[in-house]
Amino acid sequence: MAKPVTLTIPATGKQITVPTGLFINNEFVPSVDSTETIQCINPATEEVICSVVAGSERDIDVAVAAARKAFKTTWGKNVTGFERSRLINKLADLIERDAQELAELETLNNGKPVKIARDFDIGDSVQCLRYYAGWADKILGQAIEVDNKTKLAFTRHDPIGVCGQIIPWNYPINMWSWKVAPALACGCTIVMKPSEITPLTALKLSELIVEAGFPPGVVNTVPSLGSVGGAALSSHKDVDKVAFTGSTVTGRKIMEAAAKSNLKKVSLELGGKSPQIVFESADLDQAANWVALGILYNTGQDCTAGSRLFVQDTIYERFIEIVVQKFKQLKIGNGFDESSGGGPVVSKMQYDKIFSYIESGKQAGARCVLGGEKRPGKGYFVDPTVFVDVKPDMKIVRDEIFGPVLAVARFATEEEAVELANDTSYGLGAGLHSNDASQCMRVSQALEAGTVWVNQYNLLNNNVPFGGKKQSGIGRELGSYALEEYTSVKAIHWNYGEKLDWPL
Amino acid sequence: MPETFKYTFDTPVFKGDVEVPLGLYIDGKFVDGSNGTYIDVINPTNGKTTTRISEGTPKDVDIAVKAAHQAFETKWGLNTTGVDRARLLNKLADLMEKEQDVLSALEALDNGKTFNWAKRGDVSHSITCIRYYAGWADKVLGQTIETSEAKLTYTRHEPIGVVGQIIPWNFPLQMMAWKIGPALATGCAIVLKPSEFTPLTALYMAKLIDQVGFPAGAFNLVNGYGSIVGQALAEHPDIEKIAFTGSTLVGRKIMEASAKSNLKKVTLELGGKSPTIVFDDADLDQAVKWAAFGIYYNHGQCCCAGSRIFVHANIYDEFLQRFTAHTQTLKVGDPFSPETFQGPQINQQQYDRIMGYIESGKAEGAKVHYGGHRVGDEGYYISPTIFTETKPNMKIVQEEIFGPVCVVIKFSDDDDIVKQANDSVYGLAAAVFSQNVTRALSTAHKLKAGTVWVNVANMLYPNVPFGGYKQSGIGRELGEYALANYTAVKAVQVNLLIKM
Repeated sequence: MAKPVTLTIPATGKQITVPTGLFINNEFVPSVDSTETIQCINPATEEVICSVVAGSERDIDVAVAAARKAFKTTWGKNVTGFERSRLINKLADLIERDAQELAELETLNNGKPVKIARDFDIGDSVQCLRYYAGWADKILGQAIEVDNKTKLAFTRHDPIGVCGQIIPWNYPINMWSWKVAPALACGCTIVMKPSEITPLTALKLSELIVEAGFPPGVVNTVPSLGSVGGAALSSHKDVDKVAFTGSTVTGRKIMEAAAKSNLKKVSLELGGKSPQIVFESADLDQAANWVALGILYNTGQDCTAGSRLFVQDTIYERFIEIVVQKFKQLKIGNGFDESSGGGPVVSKMQYDKIFSYIESGKQAGARCVLGGEKRPGKGYFVDPTVFVDVKPDMKIVRDEIFGPVLAVARFATEEEAVELANDTSYGLGAGLHSNDASQCMRVSQALEAGTVWVNQYNLLNNNVPFGGKKQSGIGRELGSYALEEYTSVKAIHWNYGEKLDWPL
Repeated sequence: MPETFKYTFDTPVFKGDVEVPLGLYIDGKFVDGSNGTYIDVINPTNGKTTTRISEGTPKDVDIAVKAAHQAFETKWGLNTTGVDRARLLNKLADLMEKEQDVLSALEALDNGKTFNWAKRGDVSHSITCIRYYAGWADKVLGQTIETSEAKLTYTRHEPIGVVGQIIPWNFPLQMMAWKIGPALATGCAIVLKPSEFTPLTALYMAKLIDQVGFPAGAFNLVNGYGSIVGQALAEHPDIEKIAFTGSTLVGRKIMEASAKSNLKKVTLELGGKSPTIVFDDADLDQAVKWAAFGIYYNHGQCCCAGSRIFVHANIYDEFLQRFTAHTQTLKVGDPFSPETFQGPQINQQQYDRIMGYIESGKAEGAKVHYGGHRVGDEGYYISPTIFTETKPNMKIVQEEIFGPVCVVIKFSDDDDIVKQANDSVYGLAAAVFSQNVTRALSTAHKLKAGTVWVNVANMLYPNVPFGGYKQSGIGRELGEYALANYTAVKAVQVNLLIKM
């Protein structure tokens, strides 16, 4: 158990070795008390790729202890920002070096096309690491004027400590880098629980942690079931902070466990039902491209997927036609097939869930103008699907589907559009398309979302913050804002001039 | 056809062949100066000519400024992203790291500082500095500002444009890194004038910059005399900003020329006569070592050199004895010998100046407690020198000597010492030694200096700002503060709802 396996990439015949043990203290080890394993499935073929060790609650204990020791001795305040910067940059270089191999592994486990995994997921991840490497020696506190005669007051932005990080299966490598980069830059140590559906690239990246030269215990990787490892991290008394990306349902559990255990700090990046609004003055062809990207990118498995489309009534029919045409151009297929623009959805569970929503849409009377039908054969392939004439109370309009399924409704006025768009308990992303500058300003100010795109959708930058309003989350990732999630502010009042009289 | 300097190093600390281009570097090419003239590069260990560099003229400055402008408007400035600029700067740092021995050897050959100090100090710090500013390139943040819901108000921190940078001969490579790091990170286009006394590492850097692939014209190098090329930069109507490190005397000229031409923005990093204060509760052994480092490092050729050493009367004799003994251990000699601490001063002019100050000290009645003479028969070597029994108005107490010469002064009053320490037109740095936190911090806070060291001296980091109070300068380099030197703030106000 815990021995590395050699996998063969089906399309190329190339071989890649993948560690299968738990990564603790820079070593791959078996579970201390369990023989459970996790099977990794290829979603394009429904075949088993391999099995990895499933971490238990005790394994989480061991990992947290390793992270705590490293924080006290070789990491945390024992390492300079310059050194953290150097190591994170080194890690970025190594990931860049191995981009092709990592992309193929990502495709094997997650299904997305290899080119997209390599150039976007991994390309962005490398940039993300480099961006935060640049912050590592720039963690600035404040020196504050209180009273020059008596006191020096200043703040230290200390690393928060041991961080539990729980990441999802939709962008395994990219979500890994969003979490790891700022945490390491600030001097925190990590126990990472990758998704049990897609643990392989997290394990492979752990090899690069060793090669880059991080001391043992700084980054630990424990693939585990959410209900086991995730729950254990959230309720662990010696974890200072938990960062989670995933469903709102699970996010609630994490926050509850944190509250009940040691009031650890919590940041959550949850679901969304993000709206795109297309006004009559918009460049319709461009808007349709962004709408397609918004719901079809990553086969709709994106927390900011633009899954509700609101179109001004004067252009409604015409725009839907353009959108349907655009959607038809996307070929969903095996990620190793160069002609595939999108891959399968990640698992049977997701596949079944998406089709159950599609059924409910049909039942509720929404008009399906594209897709909505299962394909014969193996693989969790879901084709682009469009429902029009939807009503606000339909499940396909309220619930997050997490697949390539778009719900379209019409509106008359700007006020109505904003009201419809904001009518959701989520608040992650929103997009608007218009050539009227004042309208762009007004609507972007009015939309209740953590990210608002104007005449664009879905494109993020590592230096611009990202996160949710309302039930889409707590806290922000990316940009300088992510640093706040991994630092703890200490104010120091240093008296050098004041003598105290007693009694007062 | 621009020449190349080919040299073989065969020393105990470094062996290897190097090639340094000797032309000007303009618009991505090495070219001859337009007058076809040259400036000799002198080896300060023996006064002999090492090589010669192309001499730039005001016409070359013009050509370089035009190239910089063109680059700024088309392929550089905000036509690049911060991520691009970060990538290029990081690549430059990687090349510098790969060639650190070559850079260290060239610096030692040209400036006379030891190879070992060049490597562990100058070159190492310069690499970290470039990497530090690479990290800022995609983090130049403006603000969004709440005025009212009727408006969207925000600031952009835009690169200022074409900048002139004039650097000195005491830390040639390090001063170049301090200047080009923030300028390139923010997207400015540069015309740099190295010191005519120490052009070699700057020219080697131009070669590395060329290899990295910065767009042609983003970085330009024009060697030449200060009074000609430096003046041309200061007067140029198409340079938006000038940054100068050097003497206060020349700094005034630069500011004057800027005022008379186009009111270009000016930052100056000038001279100093920095005080080191040793209280009677200092850790004496440590104070001696830091104070010595404070004045003798880099042969006393530091703008922030702690050249006035004030020692509390209670420990004066003990300090002086230990300080003298420590000074005696500092070896003066060949920059390429591993035992050497101090090499030669930079040139004949500086040598004469320093010896002149030593003579004036003697003439005005101060006591030469140690040193005060030349070392050896060739080159510009001067012994570490200690003056005592000085008076406040002596030239050696008031004026910047820029050599391994310190004055050691007795004091007894805590309040008076602050007055004495601040009694200078300069205000670059200061160092305080005391184990009593109240005494140390309250003194530190009263000293009029841009950097105050407590129980340490002469240590700088790329992320901590540096610059002068009073006539030691205008503006700050290093840290986040340096970005302000190379950005111009534009406030954008977008009206949504207000009708006239």
